[in-house]
Amino acid sequence: MRRLYQDRIELLQGTLDLLILQTLRWGPRHGYGISLAIRATSHEVLQVDTGSLYPALHRLERQKWIAAEWKVSENKQRVRVYRLTASGKKQLESERSRWERISDAIAEVLNPAKTENET
Amino acid sequence: MTFSFRHRRKREQELDEELRSHLRMAERDRHERGETLEQAHNAARREFGNVSLIKQVTREVWGWASVERLMQDLRYGIRMLAKLPGFTTVAILTLALGIGANTALFSVVNGVLLKPLPYPHPEQLVWLAESKPNFDTGSISFPNFRDWQKDNRTFSGMAISRGYSFNLTGQGEAEQLRGRFISFDFFSVLGVNPLIGRGFALHEDDIGAAPLAMISEALWRRKFDGSPEALGKNLNLDGMGYTIVGVVPSSFDLGFASFRDIEVYVPVGQWSNPILPRRGAGLGFHGIGRLKPGVTIEQARADMSRVSSSLAAAYPDTNTGIGAALRPLKQTMVGEVSKLLLVLLAAVAFVLLIACVNVANLMLARATARTREFAIRTVMGAGQARLVRQLLTESLLLALTGGALGLLLAGWGTQTALRLLAQGMPRAGDVRLDARVLLFTAAISVGCGIFFGLAPALKTGARNLHDTLKEGGRGASGLRHRAQGIFVVVEMAMALILLISAGLMVRSLTALWHINPGFDSHDVLTFGVALPPSMRNANAAGIRAALRNVDEQLKTVPGVRAVSLSWGAMPLASDDEDLFWIEGKPKPETDNDMSWSLSYVVEEDYLKVMGIPLERGRFFTPLDSENSSHVIVVDDVFARKYFPDQDPIGRHIFIPNKGGRAEIVGVVGHVKQWGLVSDDTESLRAELYVPYMQLPDAAMQLSWNGTGVMVRYDQNATAIGYSLRSAIKGISGEHVMSRTQTMEQIISDSLASQRFSMTVLGSFAFLALLLASGGIYGVVSYLVGQRTQEIGVRVALGAHRSDVLRMILGDGMKMTLAGVAIGLAAAFGLTHLMASLLFGVSATDPTTFAIVTVLLVLVALTACYLPARRATRIDPMVALRYE
Repeated sequence: MRRLYQDRIELLQGTLDLLILQTLRWGPRHGYGISLAIRATSHEVLQVDTGSLYPALHRLERQKWIAAEWKVSENKQRVRVYRLTASGKKQLESERSRWERISDAIAEVLNPAKTENET
Repeated sequence: MTFSFRHRRKREQELDEELRSHLRMAERDRHERGETLEQAHNAARREFGNVSLIKQVTREVWGWASVERLMQDLRYGIRMLAKLPGFTTVAILTLALGIGANTALFSVVNGVLLKPLPYPHPEQLVWLAESKPNFDTGSISFPNFRDWQKDNRTFSGMAISRGYSFNLTGQGEAEQLRGRFISFDFFSVLGVNPLIGRGFALHEDDIGAAPLAMISEALWRRKFDGSPEALGKNLNLDGMGYTIVGVVPSSFDLGFASFRDIEVYVPVGQWSNPILPRRGAGLGFHGIGRLKPGVTIEQARADMSRVSSSLAAAYPDTNTGIGAALRPLKQTMVGEVSKLLLVLLAAVAFVLLIACVNVANLMLARATARTREFAIRTVMGAGQARLVRQLLTESLLLALTGGALGLLLAGWGTQTALRLLAQGMPRAGDVRLDARVLLFTAAISVGCGIFFGLAPALKTGARNLHDTLKEGGRGASGLRHRAQGIFVVVEMAMALILLISAGLMVRSLTALWHINPGFDSHDVLTFGVALPPSMRNANAAGIRAALRNVDEQLKTVPGVRAVSLSWGAMPLASDDEDLFWIEGKPKPETDNDMSWSLSYVVEEDYLKVMGIPLERGRFFTPLDSENSSHVIVVDDVFARKYFPDQDPIGRHIFIPNKGGRAEIVGVVGHVKQWGLVSDDTESLRAELYVPYMQLPDAAMQLSWNGTGVMVRYDQNATAIGYSLRSAIKGISGEHVMSRTQTMEQIISDSLASQRFSMTVLGSFAFLALLLASGGIYGVVSYLVGQRTQEIGVRVALGAHRSDVLRMILGDGMKMTLAGVAIGLAAAFGLTHLMASLLFGVSATDPTTFAIVTVLLVLVALTACYLPARRATRIDPMVALRYE
């Protein structure tokens, strides 16, 4: 069972980190908020698994790309809110460009003919 | 660590809260979208997943998870072990015994065999002897030694020494000191520095040099209160003043028995023996040498054989066939015990293996009982790896606790074991629990922990979760039963090997005790007597009179039945040889053409004291004195060897060192001079007896400072020893009595190493038997417990109690016999390794093998019988309802 989760983390690690950092660009959010935001912005395609989300958040925190503090939500609930740090912003930029290179490359692999035709 | 734990707890709580708030928010969102509260709650949970698992994975991100996990495993392990105090105690004690015995023996092996000798560049040190046609390692003559020293090219130094007893007077009560004559550079060759003062210098060991002495630290503290003032003081030895120049540190221990408790060292030139300058006289000197850096012992051997052949060419009379024997010093020192120690080390390793197997068995049985616990933990999110780690943590916990306890046992056991050796283990002083021993103990503890923890851990890892839960914790595990069966078989096999080796040692020792040494050792006391130092310069007649006086005084002591003075050889204790030739054969040109015989110098009552049978002719009488013609008595070995098919009585032989021509007047039984074990295989066994009073004057004069006395008594030894001591005190305050020993002690000491190996092997074997029978008992009990339902069904279906008994015993016996078969086969292969330790019994003695096998089977049968009987009492109703 646990292996399952770990596999998914491995698989999504880089991507999930990128998504989290990207989401936090628009302002601090708590974990639940991040998962909602990812789901919403991806038009319900990407479902963030809590088993991956929290380990990822804590890892990013440990790497000091995000920082956390306790706040009280509008529902008078104590929530742990994460925000992007300065080094997190830098990391986001490099992750982003890496991701774009990769997705371009994958796209080219998947559709070689089309790419040729267009050029 | 505490800070991190507090911090840690806080983070745990925060993580809890964070996840809870996530759930609550998800719930509320769903509720707001129109789900009922309950629907929302359940759906949110489902979507969220396994909370504890998420926590665990998240915690691992924190990075200190491994330490945390270890602490958690440890805490859990301690709790589990504490919950089963019986299991834990048995396991820890078993391991403590196994590890303790191994540590004890390893510390001996480490001290005696592994550690280098405590001298600078110990690898350069060699032991030196003179090889002679009949004797590989004879003593070195003083002139030959001088030439070796001068002519060799491969040694940076060479020294000789020999034991001697000095009478110390003028320092409190007169006493006898163990001393040694040494050549001047004896200590500097070894690299031993005096505690204070100096060693001897070149030429201070020449004949005629000024009398100097080095004393032991013990004597220095005893007689001089450890004061530096002792240097330069006079020490009165044998009535002569020796100037003290240095003190030898008490840490100096050459490892040979002959170097134990030495209190004075005197330059060899001081020895007043008139034949010291004779090239043909060995006189008990042995040597040590230090090779030049980079020189191998083979090169040194070649060099010394060159020196020897040039000496043989220069002095053909004495040096024909004489060479130099070289051996690494350490090898000479520990040679005899290394084999014994290695056999014992192998034996003790078996004991540890059995202990481990036993504990593995216990762990396996317990792991089965815990199947359910593990299954539940798996469901709760523990990975297989985590469970294996948990089991290993528990077994390591057991092993390390056992190891620590074993270390305590070893510390105590080592000293006890060394004390068992009457003659003392060479280098016993180097045996202690040092870093290497501690490392060894830690290593075997961890090794054991992994070994016996892995078996159940692997089993646990290989199990199917679903089946386990369905099975209800009983475990269908034919697999596991097989593993336990194999364990029992292995245990039985190893226990059998140990029992057989111990059995062989017992048989050897019994055989040795039953050997007739050629004399009656009961009720015989031996000791030394030295005349007052004023007799040093007395003439032979004076000494004869004084010795006769001693003899007469001792005879009057109540309880004494017979007395004889004794010089020269003493059975099993010290040897002395003389050259002779037989009248009627051509007179030998050189010493080499003469024959050797052991030589005893005794009085007329010697046969009565020793209970040696007279076979033919007569023994000495008081009339065989310095004034009558010389007579000798020989033993039957001498008679058969030199007078085959002839009557030796009335024949004459020449003994140059004992006054020349003498008539053989009697033949007596042979005495096992060389010990019960080795006498039969020695080449020099012929024995001759010379009347004490017929000793030539020169020899008589030498005997003033120490002659042996043998007494047959009919009280207890302590009482008679006391009466004899006061009788000697009664003669004069300056007569010194020394080294009182019963003949039985001497015999018993000569068997010390056999007794030691028997005792140690015996206790190992006993331990192995105990552990192995405990092991089979545990396994059979366990199997009975597992099969309670099955047995209940059988009984319900009409099986008899005897059928049940037979079934259970049959299972146990199958394992036992398989073990016995393997053990016997292995023992046949292994016992020849200990052949050199055996006496009078072959390494594959069928009687021993048979008796021991039967013993083991009987013990195993008993161990199986107890649980089997329990099985017959199973009530089918109860058994079927069980669970």
